[in-house]
Amino acid sequence: MPEKTVRLSVNGRELQAAAGEMLIAATDREGIYVPRFCYHPKLSVAANCRMCLVHVEGAPKPLPACATPVAEGMKVETHSQQAISAQRATMEFLLINHPLDCPVCDQGGECELQDLAMGFGRDVSRFSEGKRAVSDPDLGPLVSTDMTRCIHCTRCIRFGEEIAGVQELGATGRSEHMEITTWVERSLKHELSGNVIDVCPVGALNNKPYRFTARAWEMTAHPTVAPHDCVGSALYAHVLRGRVRRIVPRQNEAVNETWISDRDRFSCEGLYVEDRLRNPLVRRNGRLLETGWDEALEAVADGLGQMVREHGGEALGALVSPSATCEEGYLLKKLMDALGSASLDYRLRRRDFRGQRNEPPAPWLGMRFAEVESLDSLLMVGCDLRSEAPILAHRVRKAALSGTRVSYLDLAEREYLHPIQKALVSRPGHWAADLARHAGDALRGERSAVWFGGIAMRHPAASELLEIAAGLPAEVVKGRISEGGNAAGLALAGVLPFAAAPASSAGRPSGMHAGLMQQQPPRGLVLMGAEPEFDCAAGAQEALAEAGFIVALNPWTTTWMLRHADVILPTATYLETPGTFVNAQLDWQSFAAAAPPPGLARPAWSLLSDLGGVLSLDGFGYSRSDEVLAELRERMDARPATGPAANGGATPDSPPPGEGSPAALELPIYAVDGLVRRSVPLQQAAAGRGAA
Amino acid sequence: MSMPLVHLCMPPPEAEKPWLLESYRKRGGYSSWSRVLDGKLKAAEILRAVKDSGLRGRGGAGFPTGLKWSFMPSDCEQPSYLVCNSDESEPGTCHDRDILRYNPHVLIEGMALAAYAMGASVGYNYIRGEFLGEPVPRFLAALEEARAAGLIGRGLGKAKVDFELHPFVGAGAYICGEETGLLESLEGKPGKPRFKPPFPAQSGLYGRPTTVNNTQTLASVPAILQNGSEWFKALGAPNSAGTMIYSVSGHVERPGNYEAPLGVSFNDLLEHAGGVWKGRQLKAVIPGGSSVPVLPAEIIRECAMDYDSLSKAGSALGTGAVIVMDETTCMVSALRRIARFYYAESCGQCTPCREGTGWLYRMLTRMLEGRAQAADLDLLLNVANNIEGHTICALGDAAAWPVQSFLKHFRPEFEAKIRSSASQREAAYA
Repeated sequence: MPEKTVRLSVNGRELQAAAGEMLIAATDREGIYVPRFCYHPKLSVAANCRMCLVHVEGAPKPLPACATPVAEGMKVETHSQQAISAQRATMEFLLINHPLDCPVCDQGGECELQDLAMGFGRDVSRFSEGKRAVSDPDLGPLVSTDMTRCIHCTRCIRFGEEIAGVQELGATGRSEHMEITTWVERSLKHELSGNVIDVCPVGALNNKPYRFTARAWEMTAHPTVAPHDCVGSALYAHVLRGRVRRIVPRQNEAVNETWISDRDRFSCEGLYVEDRLRNPLVRRNGRLLETGWDEALEAVADGLGQMVREHGGEALGALVSPSATCEEGYLLKKLMDALGSASLDYRLRRRDFRGQRNEPPAPWLGMRFAEVESLDSLLMVGCDLRSEAPILAHRVRKAALSGTRVSYLDLAEREYLHPIQKALVSRPGHWAADLARHAGDALRGERSAVWFGGIAMRHPAASELLEIAAGLPAEVVKGRISEGGNAAGLALAGVLPFAAAPASSAGRPSGMHAGLMQQQPPRGLVLMGAEPEFDCAAGAQEALAEAGFIVALNPWTTTWMLRHADVILPTATYLETPGTFVNAQLDWQSFAAAAPPPGLARPAWSLLSDLGGVLSLDGFGYSRSDEVLAELRERMDARPATGPAANGGATPDSPPPGEGSPAALELPIYAVDGLVRRSVPLQQAAAGRGAA
Repeated sequence: MSMPLVHLCMPPPEAEKPWLLESYRKRGGYSSWSRVLDGKLKAAEILRAVKDSGLRGRGGAGFPTGLKWSFMPSDCEQPSYLVCNSDESEPGTCHDRDILRYNPHVLIEGMALAAYAMGASVGYNYIRGEFLGEPVPRFLAALEEARAAGLIGRGLGKAKVDFELHPFVGAGAYICGEETGLLESLEGKPGKPRFKPPFPAQSGLYGRPTTVNNTQTLASVPAILQNGSEWFKALGAPNSAGTMIYSVSGHVERPGNYEAPLGVSFNDLLEHAGGVWKGRQLKAVIPGGSSVPVLPAEIIRECAMDYDSLSKAGSALGTGAVIVMDETTCMVSALRRIARFYYAESCGQCTPCREGTGWLYRMLTRMLEGRAQAADLDLLLNVANNIEGHTICALGDAAAWPVQSFLKHFRPEFEAKIRSSASQREAAYA
């Protein structure tokens, strides 16, 4: 609390508040509830709904608690006759033109208007005139509109202006004819636009894909963590009869505050799609047949065992999705290690692996998310932040608006919705030179950071860029925006070709990195959550098809898998498995399964544990996933956790490929992983974004 | 015996082309501003004179002008602004229009003096959009004349005074006459009033210290400096210094603008306007624009037209727009017409006004159409009471006061109208 505090009394209770603070913030902190609609702690004060009118001694009229600064000696009554009658009057005005369609409104049961109407509304309306009806603009595939329900609180407008940074919604007309709309009809395109669903206190703006699928009170809320970017936003999955119906944000001020990206909110629409795999598939005589688990695991054990017998353990390799959990990554590492292979990697789209051993043990931001806002300068290299990590882009926007000088080196001018100090746009081949020349200029002030994004890490000379950054002064924070939700966790769990084996603390094995595996495929290939035609570098799918035995652990099938895989094991998505993600500020965030996977599909950690048993390997046979996590944490504690790995070792660092086309370096916002790619609303939204 | 008319904000009737600079100068115009430019009149003296004169805002609220000016931070960082509110849109009011048409230079001089007194070097005149026909061109022409004569601009006179004056034409919304709605509109946004505090003197136009004054208020300033505060005070009634241009409309023989000292009796004013038309009897008067409470004949007949007298009688001087109604007037229809206005002009941002004004209008419509009951009058009054005092700006109050006052003075007529229109309606279906 700031130095200066004032004392006031609310309903006879003495309380303290910071000078200049609004009354409603003080009463909220004290647990004294004042009804409100337009007030939102993350948005500016509008004072337009007039629901929070309270009685302030000495004031001739009731005053809105959201816009009345506290003052020394102020005496406030929130439940006096004057306050209550003002609040009731407002409630009546809000209800006269509001449709009584709660039974068919998705907001029913979680509606601020409905809730407050219970306390402040009349049982019978005194309004006998015709009600207003408003036509609904089509805002695209993500947000549904029922604008007759709108109470004009303008939270959605303020969200756009203040949080998203682009005013997608506005008010037109005046008096009763005021409408919230896009003016010229068009889709919402901002990557955070789905948050208007949560800020809308009524059922005017709602979750379009979820429409009419469940009632709020029927569902159970399961806390979970978002898998699509390195932020790891806190979520609730709402589940009814074993199915995830929707995703909503869970407040976590240190991570996502109260916002989530549209990608995190709507990716769940990819859960129950046609190509979702329900049974293990095993190839017999060239055809994939549905089997039970015993037969499928036997087939995997046979296939891998044969490769090991014929070509040695080092002939095995595994490509892992950067959104696999720590438990999955750790068990796969343990399994591969026991079979004699160190070839496993989650850096699927990376092309330049030179100097990989000099990199920090886990790719991370180098700072807490909240510290971004106190940076003096920030240089983003090859980072389409609004696509890669929308929530971080919001933090950067806040920082830029409060004075952080943000610059970027990128393939193209991007629409950052905040002031930019310097925009360096050049062909990838010039980046090393550009970075060397401009970094000093862009990174001024006491607290500065340079971040490498996905494009930089996919760059054919990524190592040169990292090397230049390494040469910058030590006080410049060098951060990484990684693909996937668990790059840091997988690195710490050992899903790297040079990571120490879990069973031994000595010796750095040398396996093949992802780039090499995609050029010279291992004889026995394990794919965990990776879909070669989408998740690997261009051309990899042809090469990988040459592997002698291919097993894919995946929630869905793809054309490539159906054609080339010998066994496909149906696994659970992040919503269906317990697990742990480590985000870019190195928070270990564990979560439980929200819903069971469909059919015979099961969490990958448990099938890896069983597979170890079928292969007669020691140390498998876990009964709970937290045993896996505990073992991982224990082994991590046993080895040095920080500092770059010692250089040397025999890992072949292949020479970088040629420059390639800039377009190949891009990864569109809704193409990052299998779940996102299967969400029809997100794909429609992507098409809408492209049409801009 | 009837109090004479005076010409202070309005030009004397004998003046030829009074809107020209030459004519205004002949009447002694710009003498005070010239003293400022010569370094002979200091800002503090202007402020003191206006404070002492007892000038009150003519835009409706009647707030003491000198006091308002003194709210401006004294040595604030520039820029700070003076804004003139010529968005005259209170129904019945048309005197600012005539100041712009016939005496634009008095406004320009008044703005220059006011800005100088407050340390503002930039002024805006926000002019009602519907004034594009005659008042806007006249004001623009006067501004050009003043600029050419070295009265407006930068580094003026020996004292090197800066005063830039920018005209701005609105787009026709009543709510832009509310001072913070006006500032929003001036910034290019929809005219939606701001919540106060902060008041414009702390954070006004573009977040800078700003004072907004009405046209007639500013037009009164040159005369105060020319003739002295005591002279100005002596012109009017106690607590109501100076003159008012009364816009008399409705059922009178000669509707028009009549500038008279504040405190003129209603009867004198009515006589200037030729009395109630067609020899009919007076029924009621709305003395200060459609927002202020209506007064029945027997009360208004006893009133002097100044701040205190009308307030004591239960109404207000408002903008000085005197709407006269004769004995044939249907008070239900009149109130419905007023309610229609506020329904259409509510900005829509805050709940009680957005929702309540339409409700009032529809209930009154039902009363006229024979689809109401006597009990609806209680509902009507209750809805008006629920709007009053619950909104961001005063438009909510302005919509509520006519309803409250019409019912207070004419309730039996409303009851009778509800009965008669209902029985007419029934007869039509019989």
